[in-house]
Amino acid sequence: MSNETLIIQAGLSERPRKSRLPARLDLLQSMTGLFLALFMWGHMFFVASILLGKDAMWTITKFFEGYFFFGKAYPGLVSIVVAVVAVVFVLHAMLAVRKFPINYRQFSVYRAHAKSMRHGDTTMWMWQVYTGFLMFFLASAHLYQMMVWPQAIGPYGSGGRMWVDGLWPFYLTLLLLVEFHGGIGLYRLAVKWCWPNAGREFLKKLKWGITAFFLILGLATLGAYIKIGIENQDKYLNGEHYTPAWVQQAEESAR
Amino acid sequence: MSDDQKNTASGGKTRQRMLTFHILRYNPQDPDSKPRMQSYQLEEAEGMTLFLALSEIREHQDPTLQYDFVCRAGICGSCSMLINGRPGLACRTLTKELDADISLAPLPVFELIGDLSVNTGKWMRGMSERLETWVHAKEEEVNLSKAETRMDAELADKIYELDRCVECGSCVAACGTAQMRRDFVGAVGMNKVARFKLDPRDVRTDDDFYELVGDDSGVFGCMSLLGCHDICPKELPLQTQIAFLRRKMATIGC
Repeated sequence: MSNETLIIQAGLSERPRKSRLPARLDLLQSMTGLFLALFMWGHMFFVASILLGKDAMWTITKFFEGYFFFGKAYPGLVSIVVAVVAVVFVLHAMLAVRKFPINYRQFSVYRAHAKSMRHGDTTMWMWQVYTGFLMFFLASAHLYQMMVWPQAIGPYGSGGRMWVDGLWPFYLTLLLLVEFHGGIGLYRLAVKWCWPNAGREFLKKLKWGITAFFLILGLATLGAYIKIGIENQDKYLNGEHYTPAWVQQAEESAR
Repeated sequence: MSDDQKNTASGGKTRQRMLTFHILRYNPQDPDSKPRMQSYQLEEAEGMTLFLALSEIREHQDPTLQYDFVCRAGICGSCSMLINGRPGLACRTLTKELDADISLAPLPVFELIGDLSVNTGKWMRGMSERLETWVHAKEEEVNLSKAETRMDAELADKIYELDRCVECGSCVAACGTAQMRRDFVGAVGMNKVARFKLDPRDVRTDDDFYELVGDDSGVFGCMSLLGCHDICPKELPLQTQIAFLRRKMATIGC
């Protein structure tokens, strides 16, 4: 047994010098949260490309599969990106769970406190805990699906997933969780590190504005996928992938 | 028309509102005592503060009612309590700013002495000893004939601004983290550290301050709920001080 282990076991590990780990973990929690929130902004714009039409969404999908670089689609590239996001997600969850109420006393005392304080930031934290907790499961399921079946992403594939596979309630719930959790989280980051050095009222308005924008965009996107899913049920069930007319023509002329 | 309005609006001479106080009563020294709410009625007076109302109640209705006060001017920080569920100073709260139904309870977290009286002093002393909230000066020979080193007026103002803290405990009672985790140092503690960090007479470095607050019961435990900042009766810039300390301590750790 090492000397260090014995010192830690004796409960004297923090002497004479305090561990630097809490500082790093705190920073890492903020950084992983920021990464995930910004990733979700980008993600929303990518999936919302369906609002511009099937061709736009197909183009974005194939771009990430490297089609325009290699002349062939490699869905495995998407799996790699998803794996990276999944690692950051697990890391963030691990760091954030340290702040959760860990027993009934803590939970009930906080709930009573939030109720009597009638203080927005205090109440919002409870929502961050609830939404974060639910995302342990819902976001994990989504990440796993995208990592294992990246080839299923596309106008017919994603539409079919919503309607034929009946996953639209899952995605609707996930949308609400992400937007509320991410919005509150970004606001919290700004006040926690005091950057940008803007007034709280302004930051709050900005936060709700961003949340409303992404919720509206997300709902419209979800609606668009459901519509495509309903209209193309047969194609999805036959395993057909959407290919834009101009690509079909190009492929035919190449033959 | 509400009862409040009926009570205030009368012909000729203005009639004052009838206030109802719901006060948490409990004596932890008495094994038979159980926490309960007791109601008292009192006619509102011009410019009445909660402190004045409580004094009236104790003098004319119930001499057993316990609550703390010293200065009656928002300087000593003794009369902090939960006013309609939120921490505040009784001497600085005018009854006219509240509804006619007012609930009063002791501050949570602190040791209860009885009714509305809590031992903030014990908690604050513990915090001060833990964070060593005094100037750590260089040990040098005392020379009374030598003038003290001058301090820049702007810096003195900055230190004074943070020194306005009266240790009333409102920020601790308003903090969700402090409610859940009793070892959390609270905004009052972090404000103290920020204050001594500014002081050029204090020889402690950021590394030394990290030893005091660089963990999850210190600055990294703060979840930025900012109840402290919003509730502070002295309107101290707690949000910026905590963020400042967090940035400094995070830099030490990286």
